[in-house]
Amino acid sequence: MQDLLYFFQQLVNGLTIGSTYALIAIGYTMVYGIIGMINFAHGEIYMIGAYTALIAITGLATLGIAWLPVILVVALICAVIVSSSMGWAVERVAYRPVRGRHRLIPLISAIGMSIFLQNYVHLAQGSRNIGFPALIDGSFRFGPADSFQLSLSYMQITIFITTLICMTLLSLFISRSRIGRACRAVSQDLGMANLLGIDTNRIISATFVIGAALAAVAGLLLGLYYGSVDPLFGFIAGLKAFTAAVLGGIGSIPGAMLGGLILGVSESMTSGYLSGEYKDVVSFSLLILILLFKPTGLLGKPEVEKI
Amino acid sequence: MATHNFKHALFCAIVTIIIAYPILGLNLVAQGTTVGLEGATPGTVISVILAAVVVFLFQLFRDNIMTSLGKLPKLNPLSGREPMPQAKRVKMESWVLTGIIVLALFWPFFVSRGSVDLATLVLIYVMLALGLNVVVGLAGLLDLGYVAFYAVGAYTFALLSQYFGFTFWMALPIGALLAALFGLMLGFPVLRLRGDYLAIVTLGFGEIIRILLNNWTAVTGGPNGIGGIPEPTLFGMEFGRRVKEEGNTSFHETFGIAYSGEHKVIFLYLIALVLAVITALVIRRLMRMPVGRAWEALREDEIAARSLGMSRTAVKLSAFTIGAFFAGFAGTVFASKQGFISPESFVFLESAIILAIVVLGGMGSQVGVILAAIAVTILPELAREFSDFRMLVFGAAMVLMMIWRPQGLMPMRRIHIELKQQE
Repeated sequence: MQDLLYFFQQLVNGLTIGSTYALIAIGYTMVYGIIGMINFAHGEIYMIGAYTALIAITGLATLGIAWLPVILVVALICAVIVSSSMGWAVERVAYRPVRGRHRLIPLISAIGMSIFLQNYVHLAQGSRNIGFPALIDGSFRFGPADSFQLSLSYMQITIFITTLICMTLLSLFISRSRIGRACRAVSQDLGMANLLGIDTNRIISATFVIGAALAAVAGLLLGLYYGSVDPLFGFIAGLKAFTAAVLGGIGSIPGAMLGGLILGVSESMTSGYLSGEYKDVVSFSLLILILLFKPTGLLGKPEVEKI
Repeated sequence: MATHNFKHALFCAIVTIIIAYPILGLNLVAQGTTVGLEGATPGTVISVILAAVVVFLFQLFRDNIMTSLGKLPKLNPLSGREPMPQAKRVKMESWVLTGIIVLALFWPFFVSRGSVDLATLVLIYVMLALGLNVVVGLAGLLDLGYVAFYAVGAYTFALLSQYFGFTFWMALPIGALLAALFGLMLGFPVLRLRGDYLAIVTLGFGEIIRILLNNWTAVTGGPNGIGGIPEPTLFGMEFGRRVKEEGNTSFHETFGIAYSGEHKVIFLYLIALVLAVITALVIRRLMRMPVGRAWEALREDEIAARSLGMSRTAVKLSAFTIGAFFAGFAGTVFASKQGFISPESFVFLESAIILAIVVLGGMGSQVGVILAAIAVTILPELAREFSDFRMLVFGAAMVLMMIWRPQGLMPMRRIHIELKQQE
């Protein structure tokens, strides 16, 4: 019973982290699916989302507004707006001019952008980590009162619900809306979509904006969950999310969701049963193994190399 | 057209304000356990608005600006000239390089200790950049975890000296070979991955090495690092005031000169110089050998190269291993120079800096990479008051280089043979 509860606790923790990884991973996977580049600065966009959310929360607290739903909604909207603008601007400044050149060139440009954004926030907000207020406190507890209890915090529930809503909206958007259909067309064949009168530049911008918006949501959620942000907050998370995207098959949106969940669970199992220090080692090893044995990921389509 | 431009310009200006103002204009400050918000100085706010205005005006008159820029005479008066004849250029290059090396040999005896120390660091970066240049510039494999091999070299020396009392000269080949072995081990499975996947896997590998060094406290000392790494000796002569190891003599006593701390620094500098020159010469030679040409062939067109019978794995693996070997070299020198190492010195940023050096210098070009290594290491020292902005400028420079001059400041020029014009 004890062991089972402990196992479920790790599972819940893993799914919580995993669902936010999935939110970030969608940004990587959509961009990769359309223009075939790794948006290295995506982790930084997520970090900026977390910072904006914290700024909004603090601002509202200064104004004396204390009603929780208002705070959360305003913080979410602010984070999404700033991050999306950032995503749009990054694409415009750093990626569009180098699109279509040799593979390494956009990637190096993206690394440069990532360093730039990290230091931009570092200079403006300082390098120390800043605490998020614990807005959503408390938890459900299961199990005997005198020993190990499975705790399911309200924050975790919020994360599940928000992620679920975001994923549903995204799926609907991709499958039903005009832009979503255009997105799918562009990711199948950019040149052909262009010939058929789709404004591909616009669609690519839209992809970046959507990815950044989801990253901002993840930024707010993870900021609240972990309780602090710092300028390097995005780097590891971005790497993890990328791992999740590759795990699920890069370019595939359901793959990103699945990959995020698997990665989150395997991480929390490692910290639960082995040691918390090695969880990053496990996830990177997982990445290397997946790429070696199934480079297309779990749900990805094999890529045919043409001459 | 005009209204379209106006709308677009307005949109861009608004985006500029949105991305700049919340982050720059509202600063989070920790007040005890809670967090407060502070408005930034009026200067910051004004500059944000100014930036938005500039963006607005630029976007509004974009077409005009672009056409008038196109009409401007070329800024670089040399851009139109004929390239120098190849034989002359090669000759001149080797003269210049020899001159620089001779100058570098005698230079440390006339300057301060601090500058020699900095020069040693520059040389370490030169070695690293030359090594990475083989991997990224010549073979076209983007390695984002290059710092892992550097760490392997440094930690090999540190651990061998701590546990087995190895000296610098014994550890130098071991460190380099072990780094090369790591390169081989990592390279063997991952090199069949496509370009950007390879980049991420190497990045993951670099992080794994760093995390292991950080957490394997029993052996590596974890975040506290390893101290007391010995300095190199000259034929058994030590450079300290007193001899630490029995049987050794000290440098100043043997030659009957007064003790000076500078001897040690200059000696280390000279070692680094010799090793950097060796690195440069070896790689220069390799570039002209079949293996070097195979690297470039594979970089240019993998399918064509394979159809000519090249083994993709062998060629890539050789580049990867050689790159790792020189990183191990540099790591050993670094450990000896610092006398103390910790995982802090081997973070991803370090990989990014080395990569930036290679990119700025011009991928594949040796002279360019050496100059870029000097610039990237020395410029921040010269502009200390702007040191905060160093990495910001770094990132921006990487992006701008990729947009305007992806071939780097001094692009590589292949040695080629020209056909004589037939009458």
